[in-house]
Amino acid sequence: MTRTSHLQIRDFKGDIPRADAEQLERVWSRPKGLLGWLVTTNHKDIGKRYIVTAFIFFLCGGLLAALMRLQLMKPENSFLGPDLYNQFFTVHGTTMMFLFAVPIMEGMGIYLVPLMLGTRNVPFPRMNTFGYYIYLLGGILLFVSLFLNVGPDAGWFAYVPLSGPHYSPGKRVDIWSQMITLTEIAALVGAVEIITAVFKHRAVGMSLNRIPMFVWAQVVTSFMVIFAMPSIMLASGVLAMDRLAHVNTHFFNPAEGGDALLYQHLFWFFGHPEVYIIFIPATGFVSTIVETFSRRKMFGYLGLVLSLVSTAFIGFGLWVHHMFATPVAELGQGFFTGASMLIAIPSGIQIFCWLTTLLTGKPQLKTPLLWVLGFIALFVLGGLTGIMLASVSLDLQVHDTFFVVAHFHYVLIGGAVFPLFGAFYYWFPKWTGRMLSEGLGKLNFWLFFIGFNLTFFPMHILGLHGMTRRIYTYVVESGWGNLNLLATIGAGVMALSVIVFLTNVFVSRKSGVIAGANPWGAPTLEWGTASPPPPYGFLYLPTVQSRDPLWSDKDSPVIVGLSNTKREVLNTTILDAMPEHRYELAIDSIWPFALALAAGGSFIGAVFNAWAIPIGAALSFLVLSLWFWRGNEPKFLLEGIQHTPSSPSHPSKRVLEETPA
Amino acid sequence: MKHAVLILASVLLVSCKREERGFRVSPPSANEAMQGLRISTLIPGPHGTNDPSKGNALELTGDRGTNQPVHNDYEENAYAMSEGSRLFENFNCVGCHSHGGGGMGPPLMDDKWIYGSNPEQIFATIEQGRPNGMPSFRGRIPDAQVWQLAAYVRSMSGLASKSAAPGREDHLSGKKPESSTKTQSPKDSATPKPR
Amino acid sequence: MQNRTGTSLTLNFRLLLCIPIMALTGCSGMQSALNPAGAQAGRISGLWWLFFFVLTSVYVLVLIFTIAVFFRRHRSSLPLAPELPHPPRERRAQTIVGSAVGVTVIILFVFLFAEFATGHSLQEQPEPGALQIKVTGRQWWWEVQYQDPTPSRMVTTANEIHVPVGRSVQFQLQSPDVIHSFWAPNFHGKKDLIPGHPTTLTFKATTPGTFRGQCAEYCGFQHAHMRFVIVAESTNDFQTWLEQQRQPGREPGDETEKKGKEVFMSASCVMCHTIQGTPARATVGPDLTHLGSRPFLGAGTIPNNLGHLGGWVLDPQSIKPGVHMPQNNLSPGDLRALIAYLESLK
Repeated sequence: MTRTSHLQIRDFKGDIPRADAEQLERVWSRPKGLLGWLVTTNHKDIGKRYIVTAFIFFLCGGLLAALMRLQLMKPENSFLGPDLYNQFFTVHGTTMMFLFAVPIMEGMGIYLVPLMLGTRNVPFPRMNTFGYYIYLLGGILLFVSLFLNVGPDAGWFAYVPLSGPHYSPGKRVDIWSQMITLTEIAALVGAVEIITAVFKHRAVGMSLNRIPMFVWAQVVTSFMVIFAMPSIMLASGVLAMDRLAHVNTHFFNPAEGGDALLYQHLFWFFGHPEVYIIFIPATGFVSTIVETFSRRKMFGYLGLVLSLVSTAFIGFGLWVHHMFATPVAELGQGFFTGASMLIAIPSGIQIFCWLTTLLTGKPQLKTPLLWVLGFIALFVLGGLTGIMLASVSLDLQVHDTFFVVAHFHYVLIGGAVFPLFGAFYYWFPKWTGRMLSEGLGKLNFWLFFIGFNLTFFPMHILGLHGMTRRIYTYVVESGWGNLNLLATIGAGVMALSVIVFLTNVFVSRKSGVIAGANPWGAPTLEWGTASPPPPYGFLYLPTVQSRDPLWSDKDSPVIVGLSNTKREVLNTTILDAMPEHRYELAIDSIWPFALALAAGGSFIGAVFNAWAIPIGAALSFLVLSLWFWRGNEPKFLLEGIQHTPSSPSHPSKRVLEETPA
Repeated sequence: MKHAVLILASVLLVSCKREERGFRVSPPSANEAMQGLRISTLIPGPHGTNDPSKGNALELTGDRGTNQPVHNDYEENAYAMSEGSRLFENFNCVGCHSHGGGGMGPPLMDDKWIYGSNPEQIFATIEQGRPNGMPSFRGRIPDAQVWQLAAYVRSMSGLASKSAAPGREDHLSGKKPESSTKTQSPKDSATPKPR
Repeated sequence: MQNRTGTSLTLNFRLLLCIPIMALTGCSGMQSALNPAGAQAGRISGLWWLFFFVLTSVYVLVLIFTIAVFFRRHRSSLPLAPELPHPPRERRAQTIVGSAVGVTVIILFVFLFAEFATGHSLQEQPEPGALQIKVTGRQWWWEVQYQDPTPSRMVTTANEIHVPVGRSVQFQLQSPDVIHSFWAPNFHGKKDLIPGHPTTLTFKATTPGTFRGQCAEYCGFQHAHMRFVIVAESTNDFQTWLEQQRQPGREPGDETEKKGKEVFMSASCVMCHTIQGTPARATVGPDLTHLGSRPFLGAGTIPNNLGHLGGWVLDPQSIKPGVHMPQNNLSPGDLRALIAYLESLK
């Protein structure tokens, strides 16, 4: 039984004792120097790292794309040979899907969700840190391998038998398989953090129907991650087993009873939800920006939430539409056509709700909203070509052609990258305390919008005129040269736009307009603390009484009574967010980094020798034992802080205590 | 720390060689390797030995007369050995040698080598033909492909680099793939000793 | 070929669209899904135009609303005070949004039924008496074998398919190595050739002409150069071609060609290639019995003429790097004779 009557909910108008802030700063800060960088478990640090690292991978993947476009700009070009081109398109796709899109959405979630929920950190801080390091290791693995000519070259989905041991000699595809494992562990870690935070660490009073749209998007995505990632880990793991010396399984060997089509089912069962894992967080960005810049509450909140949830469910029933050209049963294909068209309905509902919010509000066209309008224009186009692709007959003509390339770039860049840039412009003030330049922002947007359309719109036509995917060159008589040249020019414009963005970021960090806590006048809780937020997030945890707390209930009381000498957060109930008990979070630790090295090293070693797995498992077990050793916190982190000796009782049994006034 | 870097660097260097896809090839020069080979004194039987110091039955003078076996780079290249395995089937080596177990022809996956297990000796066997049924492929198979076949043949008994040797193939599985084969150190020919 | 949407007004509008598109792509409708020459592709093309016009209208509508936001924008740079909810406006908006969702559902059902109708008509069983062609996809060329109840009348060729106009053709598709995809856009959609999953594809040509097809599933180094020619011709022309293909390789005419044949038989060519009527019967590479009559070499990579053939024989790796044909060391005299002989194999 929780003794909630002992929780002091004091009026905000009381004086804030200075000692609290300094003490909290000391408790929540990380040690100085490189060691501090390695051991931090602060969600803001880790979130920023995810975002920066993923953006660097975006630049790398974009560079590869630019090189590919240079090769394709004229027929029979000899800028890149087939081997290099094949590695480039594989690594481009793999980078964008596994190293950029999913991690950056997770990073945004890890940074912003705790702040939007009014709590101080993610529920499992050390696991969060571990997730980042293992993601970084996977990314490094992929790019180092590309430089050593061991880059995977079987496509980002690596169909067997081409990616099997017989037709892909060497270690290239093994590197791909293990990289998948590493990055998907990180994705699962992030998903667990977000689900737990959203269900147990919400601000008091934030019942389910008061959760911001961004947070709904993140939690729906996290559930999708948990159900989808195991499928790809299975597919890539089994492929690795087929290829590994002394293991030599036959899962995908038709001659010995295996099935090449099995791989496609396993892959696409993950692969289709994956694109929604990328898109749904972007809808969170859009909802947030639309609400803030329309200056009114979101129209159709319930419809939007239900759309998200139904998209997630239906998204798991679409995967065979990637396989319409294979010999799967035609009756079954019909089912997937229906489901693929059905999913247009929730997406449509979202678009209608957003447009309604904008048109019935007082839209202010700042840069974030510009990106959102661009998103609507481009994502809807991509979604409509998606409806075309849902039809089996049409898909049989345009599958595996540049028409599909155009479609998915419209939905992924238009549907996820545009909102992402909008989110950068929107939350940059919160992360750094300074505003990005509006002028450069508008230039950035228009260059990107124009360049994007120049690059990808002609590809629809190219696909209909027979240009297949993944070809390193094409013959003169095909007549595809002109449109390809146009696409390459567009790619150049996009590159220019990214340079403008980077300039904007670097210049604004030094000399941008100082932002203050809430420069946009936004309604959600993260704008209720300083920019950038202090390590402890909120001085006093807020309570909410509506969906847009900073507009409607600015004077809502705050929670006092959490410890100033321990890293404490407040657990609340799942449905109505009533306070339950205090929970002490772990402090900074080196073990997440060590575990990432052990587990990551084990998977990387498995590229070469199967023994790496049991040896790595033993090492990981050792590290985990040290991680969970009670009372093993490093002493130097507790200097200057009054540390109450840890009691034998579990944190969950602690009850709220009265604090001295 | 330095050792770790060195080990890592050496692993990486091997990876470079393993992963090259050499389409326009320059294998060890067949001309030079063949200089030391003399056909007329080659005889099978107990006198057949790879050790140049024992008797004169196999008067191979190896790489440009140095008595050292020619080093076939393809034995460290995954693409070349996978090509070798493809050619082994396409050129019907499997018709007599099966997939290494032998049949009309002798097994290739064991430790008995009638005409020598050095790369240049295998090259010579393929190019010149041998008594009792091994055809001569001189002029029929380009030199580069013969070297690929020679590398693959050596991998069948585990003599080539295991990390570059072919993995399990997409057909009926009759034996362990070359990457998992135990190394069979070459011994004398299998002809029984006289009583 | 049936025009699904019927009116000539639509037809003219379509042509209007096609012309600039074709112009940009160099008027090459010979590998285009929008230039149907067969019954199946015609039906798919009709479905395409239905989707295209309806969805374009929807898109224009959405764009109008999106651009409307521009015109309703407020120009103050500071954040405006947030609005209070306004129930009558909300109810109006709910009605509009609800109707929009309803219209969306209706359009989707129309599409669903149109797709099922088209799909059903595409899946009709081939007519009895359909021409049977077995196509085997290999890295990186197409082996084409015309089936016949009498084995000696079967025809094996490579990278070139002739079909008679007006007769159903059933392709038996298989692959012994990796996944390929058989796609002749002017006739039908594509079908994947998956090892372990042999399958079929049926279409009927309705317009004569020469078209192109291409492998549409990434299959390795030279996936880009795995193309084929598909010729739809009258039944008479087709029978003539087929009879000519049934003949064994033409005997060499002059001394050069004789020498060329000797070169062929004594060099590495015989390890992989077949010329019917000679001892060369290997099946690793394409059948060369009628090489001289083919328009391309290397599965649509280079045109077939003496110069290109010489370069191809000497060094295919510089033209199609990674292809399974090795470089060949031939003296100039031998090479000249060989290509003269090969080009004579009409």
